[in-house]
Amino acid sequence: MDTSVKKQTGDVVLDVRNLKTYFGTGDKAVHAVDDISFKIMRGKTLCIVGESGSGKSVTARSILQIVDPPGKIVSGEVIYYGKDPAGQDLAKLNDRGKEIRSIRGHEISMIFQEPMTSLSPIHTIGNQICEAILLHQNVDKEEARNRAIELLRRVEIPNPGVAIDKYTFEYSGGMRQRAMIAMALACNPKILIADEPTTALDVTTQAEILALIKELQESYGMAVLFITHDMGVVAEIADEIGVMRNGQMVEFGTAEQIFYEAKNPYTLELIDSVRKLENSARAVRKNTATERKIMEIRNVSKIYPARSTFMGKTNPPFKALDNVSLDVYEGENLGIVGESGSGKTTLGNCVIRVLSCSGGEVLYRMGDGRIADLAKAGQHELRQVHREIRMVFQDPFASLNPRMTVGQIVGEPLLVGKTHTGAALRKRVEELLGMVGLPGEAAERYPHAFSGGQRQRIGIARALALNPRVIIADEATSALDVTLRSQVLDLLLDLQETMNLTFILVSHDIGVIRYFCDRVAVMYKGQIVEHGPAMKICSEPDHPYTKALISAVPGTHPRDKRIVNRHRYNAETEGVKMGGN
Amino acid sequence: MSAENKQKDDEQVVNMANLRGGIEYASQWTLMWRRFRKHKLAVVSMVVVILFYAVAVFSEFLAPMDPEAAASRKTQHPPQLFELHFFDEGKFAPYVPGYTKKLDMETSKISFTPDGSKVYLGLFVRGFEYKMFGFDALQSDLHLFGPKDKEGQVFLFGSDTMGRDVLSRVIYGARFTLSLGLIGVILSVVLGIILGGLAGYYGGWTDWVVMRVVEFILSLPSIPIWLAMAAALPKDWPPHYQYMAVTVIISLIGWTHLARVIRGRFLSMRSDVFVIAAKLDGCSEPRIIFRHMLPSLASHIIAQVTLSIPSMVLSETSLSFLGLGLQPPAISWGVLLKGAQKISVIAQAPWLFLPGLMVVIAVLALNFFGDGLRDAADPYSNH
Repeated sequence: MDTSVKKQTGDVVLDVRNLKTYFGTGDKAVHAVDDISFKIMRGKTLCIVGESGSGKSVTARSILQIVDPPGKIVSGEVIYYGKDPAGQDLAKLNDRGKEIRSIRGHEISMIFQEPMTSLSPIHTIGNQICEAILLHQNVDKEEARNRAIELLRRVEIPNPGVAIDKYTFEYSGGMRQRAMIAMALACNPKILIADEPTTALDVTTQAEILALIKELQESYGMAVLFITHDMGVVAEIADEIGVMRNGQMVEFGTAEQIFYEAKNPYTLELIDSVRKLENSARAVRKNTATERKIMEIRNVSKIYPARSTFMGKTNPPFKALDNVSLDVYEGENLGIVGESGSGKTTLGNCVIRVLSCSGGEVLYRMGDGRIADLAKAGQHELRQVHREIRMVFQDPFASLNPRMTVGQIVGEPLLVGKTHTGAALRKRVEELLGMVGLPGEAAERYPHAFSGGQRQRIGIARALALNPRVIIADEATSALDVTLRSQVLDLLLDLQETMNLTFILVSHDIGVIRYFCDRVAVMYKGQIVEHGPAMKICSEPDHPYTKALISAVPGTHPRDKRIVNRHRYNAETEGVKMGGN
Repeated sequence: MSAENKQKDDEQVVNMANLRGGIEYASQWTLMWRRFRKHKLAVVSMVVVILFYAVAVFSEFLAPMDPEAAASRKTQHPPQLFELHFFDEGKFAPYVPGYTKKLDMETSKISFTPDGSKVYLGLFVRGFEYKMFGFDALQSDLHLFGPKDKEGQVFLFGSDTMGRDVLSRVIYGARFTLSLGLIGVILSVVLGIILGGLAGYYGGWTDWVVMRVVEFILSLPSIPIWLAMAAALPKDWPPHYQYMAVTVIISLIGWTHLARVIRGRFLSMRSDVFVIAAKLDGCSEPRIIFRHMLPSLASHIIAQVTLSIPSMVLSETSLSFLGLGLQPPAISWGVLLKGAQKISVIAQAPWLFLPGLMVVIAVLALNFFGDGLRDAADPYSNH
């Protein structure tokens, strides 16, 4: 690595040497970035990858000196080879001074994870881009506007002459991120820092944005520092990769080196946890699926009625679920996959009656053989059903009451159901915590003492408390770091074998679905467009939407770049096929 | 593989316990206290508030003189606080110099001149008789401090126009004023939690009705309403009847602000995932409200309550000052301030404003204390 770097010294655009950024001072200081060195090459993409809390974002922010207080660069150099060929140390500049401001947004610009919060809601997109141009370049307003339109065209925003006068909220998530990129490109930066720019986006939109960044990088010849937690994204776009953990760079190398010759055990763990999700866990495990139907979802719809707005206009009714029919078999893992707004979460919530259905029926065969229609069940019947159908929630932080101990949280359904009291309750709680791999002492503690993965285990223990038959897991792994994801999925599969569970897994993550599920239903705009065996859907889908969805999923090898060859889907042009399904 | 993972997670849990030193066992109150302690002004204010309420509770024991005993020859006696001597002829024997009243016949101005006598003070002396909290069984004449001689007179804060000890009256007044603030707030909180909670939890028309009532009450000009209601009170009611009536009048308006705050909290919490989880756990509605939602609000409610007491105290003071709240012989700070309305008093006995100073100190301390509580109430916020 050293020799190759020396050869290209002239190509280095940013040289970070022994950077240390601490939060706080003294012994209690958090070493967010602890002695990191790396170089960014002209026209190349460096990916910094790591899990939450590894210090990757702070590293990026340290370069531009926009670390939130009390964070401070303690030592180290950030040499930028811009106008001054001898290099300029950005770490030495005053963080409010003129020099650093002329570099921010001009020489080095940055895009962030959540475009809604990084764009101003009260100015038009055009105004915001023009401001960036006028601030750093000596042009008049009209010229700035023309350039802004050209930029919007470059980032493939349709009809840029009109789009320029729209406000942030009129753009979709992907469009906002494009506008954000247009703004970042306004002054032809030498370096683009992208801090998780696609994490909040759907997978098809992510593919579009990644392709766009890649293409712009080539035509502008800028260097990209890409911060992400997703090894798949890294595999798609990285030339060089730095792996961070606990504020330190554990491994650095070219994409090929990291993916095929990684030496550090943590890097290997990261790569393995992604590759693991390439295959189905169900293939190598005992197949618990049976032919007996446990639930029949028939023509369920959820319609939010029309509303007249303030100005007297009427919004049309919104069909969150449109005639959805689906069977669930006992012991199987059913996946429901789709992008945000597809209605997959609504379907899960309607089945368990967190939301009421507007029409249709959900026939559920209870443990004692009775058939209950969940769509119409009364309070009393629902309470019985809720003992058999349980839910695991997406956000492990919001789903546990911060004011109750873990023991109280897990024991709540037992206490309320009057099945256990006193010492028996305590014993059962310990047993449940044991089942999800937590020690019994955990019962005395409060949720804030646990990490995301551990909290999700607590949520699972709560779901198991009443010996349920069906568990609806709503994005149960998407808030977790990638190495924890497969651990939690394995735990669920272990539990399935011992407890005869049926899972309905709602997820946007194809990898998770492929690993965990027997059957998959693909949702798009409130309808199920395709359903069938998981392996078939994930490898050779029939419906064009599914094809687009699957092909947008990043690969796991740098040699397998899929996004370039992705299938694009447009509902309007393929509307005929949609109707036929 | 999964067995390995389990073991790894176990290790993580154990390690964490060593690292964080017990914070994982910390309940919300412990976390709140940790944050509260960092707010120095609030801690000082808390001590002041506790002292004030201690005075209110033990006022009979703490008052050196009978607040009703009028000494006709000692009217408008100046404060002796700064003339308190601790040593007499080298020995510890606290005393204040005795004064004799003189009336200038031409200007009718009262003046006091030292007469060379000394009034010796002592701790745990026998003084006027009282019944603690009004219980016959707790009859006593023991006082924390006072003149050693039962007939002796000491006026550390001076005396009023009838020769009554201002310090003792301030101490007695603290009981009425501060407890009225507390009880008034408790009434408001009960009303506010029930109505605000109903509005926030059920939403819909319940919410509509409650909120319109709140808005109606808030649109009423409060002082004229108080005046009208207070004026309707029979003047011949005994002091504790008056006291209860005034409390109710004040809290009838006070609950509206609390109801709004609680409604807002309930509304936002109603869709929180852990509340949905509780619903799916099979909890009944009262259990969801009282076991799952209210504990999360408790700290906010306490902070809100602490911040509401000052306005109650001020309401009582202003009502009584205007002569429409409590009436003599009841003693409250407002009643005492009413005695300082006359211009002659301002000129001749400015110490009669001391109850007003007490109001200021109490209100400030309660406000700072409440601010500290409010900041500490959310243990998971970072600022």
